[in-house]
Amino acid sequence: MARVRIPTPLRSYTGRAEVEAEGATLGALLSDLDRLYPGLRFRVVDEQERTRPHVRFFVNGEAVRDLGRPLSPDDVVFIVPALSGG
Amino acid sequence: MARVLLLVATRKGAWLFHDDPRRRAWRVDGPHFLGHVVHHLVLDPRDGRTLLAAAKTGHLGPTVFRSTTLGRTWTEAARPPAFAKGGEGARAVDHTFWLTPGPASEPGSWYAGTSPQGLFRSVDSGATWEPLSSVNDDPTLRRWMGTVQDGTPDGPKLHSILVDPRDPAHLYFGMSGGGFHETTDGGRTWTPLLDGMEVVEGFDPADPTFHDPHCVRLCPSNPDRLYQQNHCGIYRLDRPSREWVRIGRSMPRSVGDVGFTMVVHPRDADTACVLPMDGTSVWPRTSPGGRPAVYVTRNSGRSWRRLDAGLPRRQAWWTVKRQAMSCDARDPVGLYFGTTSGELWSSRDEGGRWSCLARHLPEIYAVEAAERA
Repeated sequence: MARVRIPTPLRSYTGRAEVEAEGATLGALLSDLDRLYPGLRFRVVDEQERTRPHVRFFVNGEAVRDLGRPLSPDDVVFIVPALSGG
Repeated sequence: MARVLLLVATRKGAWLFHDDPRRRAWRVDGPHFLGHVVHHLVLDPRDGRTLLAAAKTGHLGPTVFRSTTLGRTWTEAARPPAFAKGGEGARAVDHTFWLTPGPASEPGSWYAGTSPQGLFRSVDSGATWEPLSSVNDDPTLRRWMGTVQDGTPDGPKLHSILVDPRDPAHLYFGMSGGGFHETTDGGRTWTPLLDGMEVVEGFDPADPTFHDPHCVRLCPSNPDRLYQQNHCGIYRLDRPSREWVRIGRSMPRSVGDVGFTMVVHPRDADTACVLPMDGTSVWPRTSPGGRPAVYVTRNSGRSWRRLDAGLPRRQAWWTVKRQAMSCDARDPVGLYFGTTSGELWSSRDEGGRWSCLARHLPEIYAVEAAERA
């Protein structure tokens, strides 16, 4: 099970800052998160399987855009709303 | 007597205003979804208690929230509006922009319009939504819609979904841009209704691409009559005619007939209101001259009267967006509008006198006056 850090905008779904989910890829992990917390995935990935414009994923500190990125059970995934100024 | 409920959708959440029987005092309930961009909040007139809210945040994708308790509790749609999966360049819903309850004969049915332009339908009170392929995937309509790049800064929109109360298979919708369209077979086929509508100078009015209806309303007291506030003027259409008549020509020249919103009287199809904005030069989209006013016609557009008693006399540079003016069904009719500067204005006497009902709200996107069960 990978550890997933949940940003505050998505904690209405999880109720917690960190949860666990499983998946061989980032996309599969997000599907597992959606199974556990229905509705969460569509808020960060659109219907064409594209990461939404202002959402970023990090795996072990590395920025990842590809939902096909393989994951290991001990990975740490961060879901982060893009930082912006103003 | 039915009680009025004002549903105010803003860039930073939603508020509900409950009236007293005389519409003099309002109890505020909110914010709901603080920080969410709420484009539309609509009460189901068929049961008087189901609310649907179209929401997203600056970062998170779009969804629809539902309440059957007038906002005490909310449930998220299990399947919000989303386009069919496609290949390269397939579209994704950025936000649901417009919500329309279905006809009385189809309880639980709703329509949604999105940005980019898409039409969706729910038959389970907004829990799940299906795309209407006859619109969203039709190559001709897609060409008329253009791309997101062709749209306005906050995205091209499908709006003004109108259901003929006499015939559930007879629907209209508008697109900014992309024109105004009609079906008489429940959405299987669609036909543009453009005759008489003008477009920006130099473009071809026969091409729906260049048409930008901002807000179209169907008269409850005469469903054969439609009014429209367009990018290029104010119009009326009396079916079965297909020819829009530009009734904004009779507006004062100094004010013009550009605006976003339009409201029709619930019982008098000759009466309609607009709230003009400045559409000159770079399109400031503010009250002309900084002096906001509602204009009413009581003779189906032959003449207009300025209604500004109680409104600021100068230095008020508002915009009122296309969903942000509404009326109740009381007698006399109550009129309401919300501004981009977060003020909510009301009139208990059909615009004769205005008073500010709330200030300091976030930018107001939509105001709906509904009747509670």
